[in-house]
Amino acid sequence: MKEYWTLFWTFCRIGGLTFGGGYAMLPMLEKEVVERHHWTTQDQLLDYFAIGQCTPGIIAVNTATFIGYNRRGVLGAIIATLGVVFPSFVIISLISAVLSNFAHIAMVQHAFSGIRVAVCGLILQAVIKLLKSSVKNAMGWILLALTFLAVVLFDLSPVIVVVAAALTGILASRGRQKA
Amino acid sequence: MIFLQLFYEFFKTGLFAVGGGLATLPFLNDICQKYDWFTEQMLADMIAISESTPGPIGINMATYAGYQAAGLLGSIVATCSLVAPSIIVIVLIARFLSKFNEHPLVKSAFSGLRPAVTGLIAAAAVSVMKLALLRIPAFEASGQVLDLFNLPAIALFIVLFAAMMKWKKLHPVVFILAGAAAGIVFKM
Repeated sequence: MKEYWTLFWTFCRIGGLTFGGGYAMLPMLEKEVVERHHWTTQDQLLDYFAIGQCTPGIIAVNTATFIGYNRRGVLGAIIATLGVVFPSFVIISLISAVLSNFAHIAMVQHAFSGIRVAVCGLILQAVIKLLKSSVKNAMGWILLALTFLAVVLFDLSPVIVVVAAALTGILASRGRQKA
Repeated sequence: MIFLQLFYEFFKTGLFAVGGGLATLPFLNDICQKYDWFTEQMLADMIAISESTPGPIGINMATYAGYQAAGLLGSIVATCSLVAPSIIVIVLIARFLSKFNEHPLVKSAFSGLRPAVTGLIAAAAVSVMKLALLRIPAFEASGQVLDLFNLPAIALFIVLFAAMMKWKKLHPVVFILAGAAAGIVFKM
């Protein structure tokens, strides 16, 4: 019982104190999970993180599920996941309630018009960073252009794009092996 | 019925959004077009809120959309549906495939997935930019090309983006606050 609570509370703190998600979570995870509780080693944590990145879903959630499962089985996985999600849940519920009361004020609307412009910059920055790490060859550029056009021009569902891209990757490396 | 829809849409998002970070954004954009749970504006605002509060954007948006669609129970259903595929997939991997990320099939699938996910996020970026930097309704009403461009917003975008490229280490909250301040001062 006590370890379930420790799992929940540890991941609750991690979820509540990491801004931005993804790699921002790694230092906090190291401190809590490796140094403080000795639930895994540094190397294992990096493995979990790498797996979290290439499995569906949010990396923070996937890593929490992994560590929770290794400690306490399926129930541990669920409890660690609920812990990491809990702070967002509370904060967003509060913000939604506050926002719907203030959204009609002119100043708030002006502020959010400016914020949306800043968001454009932040997403563009994220895309540039991703371009550098994810596109390594001609096939990458072609896939990138095709998915971009398919969604912008034809409104194709991202589900179809993800499945088609994974299959393309598999077929392309099969082709290379044969050649 | 609404709970089933929430479950279906967010489970799908959790199952197919690979790579973390903004990977859920294209799916949220898709949901935004299909239902009236939240508007494109609210999605853009939620990106800012997610960058300034702890927690991943997928979770934040699921909580918010669920709340808008069906109250507190709706937000619980949407959030749990989003994380359910992770729990199922990770438990299976932890049990059977501890070296999942080194499996050749996974590696080759990801050689295709990584650029495609980048393309998907770039497409989502375009829809946010259309919303923040263009005035499509005004253009459709008047037919004047000049009405299409939201010039103050474009000027602010150029300034903020130049600053982001110069000071890459600065926390995103700084730029979000700068955007808010400019929005208030110039009554955007």
